[in-house]
Amino acid sequence: MEFKDYYTVMGLARGATADDIKKAYRKLARKYHPDVSKEASADALFKELGEAYEVLKDPEKRAAYDRLGANWKAGQDFQPPPDWNAGFEGHGRGFGDGAGGDHSDFFEALFRRGFAGAGPTAGRGPASGGVHAHGEDRHARIQIDLEDAYFGGQRSLSLQIPQIDAQGRMSVRDHKIEFVIPKGVRAGQHIRLAGQGGEPIGQGQAGDLYLEVTFRPHAHYRVDQRDVYLDLPVAPWEAALGAQIEVPTPAGSVELTIPPGSGAGRKLRVKGRGIPGKTPGDFYFVLQIVLPAADSDAARAVYTAMRSQFTSFNPRSKLGVPA
Amino acid sequence: MSVNYTHSVTDVLILEEQQDLTLDILCRACSTEVEQLLELVDEGVIVPTGDAPEVWRFTGVHLRRARIAVHLQRDLGVNPAGAALALQLMEEREELRARLRALGVSV
Repeated sequence: MEFKDYYTVMGLARGATADDIKKAYRKLARKYHPDVSKEASADALFKELGEAYEVLKDPEKRAAYDRLGANWKAGQDFQPPPDWNAGFEGHGRGFGDGAGGDHSDFFEALFRRGFAGAGPTAGRGPASGGVHAHGEDRHARIQIDLEDAYFGGQRSLSLQIPQIDAQGRMSVRDHKIEFVIPKGVRAGQHIRLAGQGGEPIGQGQAGDLYLEVTFRPHAHYRVDQRDVYLDLPVAPWEAALGAQIEVPTPAGSVELTIPPGSGAGRKLRVKGRGIPGKTPGDFYFVLQIVLPAADSDAARAVYTAMRSQFTSFNPRSKLGVPA
Repeated sequence: MSVNYTHSVTDVLILEEQQDLTLDILCRACSTEVEQLLELVDEGVIVPTGDAPEVWRFTGVHLRRARIAVHLQRDLGVNPAGAALALQLMEEREELRARLRALGVSV
């Protein structure tokens, strides 16, 4: 496994004080917090930071980590020394929601094995003695295609579920689930899969799994809440004279009327063709005028004729400059 | 050791369309205690319908706000008022991003 340099992760020197560590954590946590940052890597960076903080803020864990010595480099191949756990008794509390599965192999190797009570379920006591409680709810993110929101779509997910056996050993169970994406779901919303969260204690109910939805970026469509936008290229004569054209939407093609005298940027709305739902969104075509190339004498003649025809036309009138 | 199997889930719904979430459901989904959610209600971060905590009902949007507020308090050490302010600014920022995206600006 790879060595993790927790000091570098937190931007600290080895001699950092407890106060330095807390300040560095707060500062970086604000930067990388997945609810705050929009960076795709925020989740991973925040987890790494949380792990580093979990070790460095805890005098026992920090002392244990420091015992490894200062010569290790991040990413270097690492195996814990054989007598590693001797003399340390951990009592770490999971960092995030159901944090058991969120640590690196490096962390697990150093602090999980033999650290009693550190796991997400073990920490809550055994499932005996008449204690019944709901399992934890779990949260994850899922990226779907816009078409899935229009039609629903079968999806399968593979979840890595950490579990701890009666001997306190940690293992990861691969849990595959299949479900249908609910029609009408929008970016930023959450899909709840009942009973797919953490295991219950005793006879309680299993927790639920929440999936935060984002749309995979689409080559043509843009989405704003329920509404969907498409930049629609049209010929100058279609915009000027009007036209009936066939255009695509995720729900199939529609006949669109372009009114005569349309300009670039004009939005044409097709009601109810956005993301479906109780109040379906609308679909907007945003006109973009595309010019044929003036690459032949005949084509140039047409443009020349236009120039002589529209002598008083000033495309820059809004800029207050003469034609 | 790992055991592989596939499970088909039929109870699937969109959280934000829910209107009848109880305080208990919110507590579980946020992995927190009632007291912390009562503070968020006091702060106006989540505004339930119903007269007393036992009959309060929340929406999926409340659940989402509560989760973020709980995370900010837990991870960044802000107090409930600070979390409320951060949340408000984050929502404003999200609206502005959405408007930019609708204009075709990638953000």
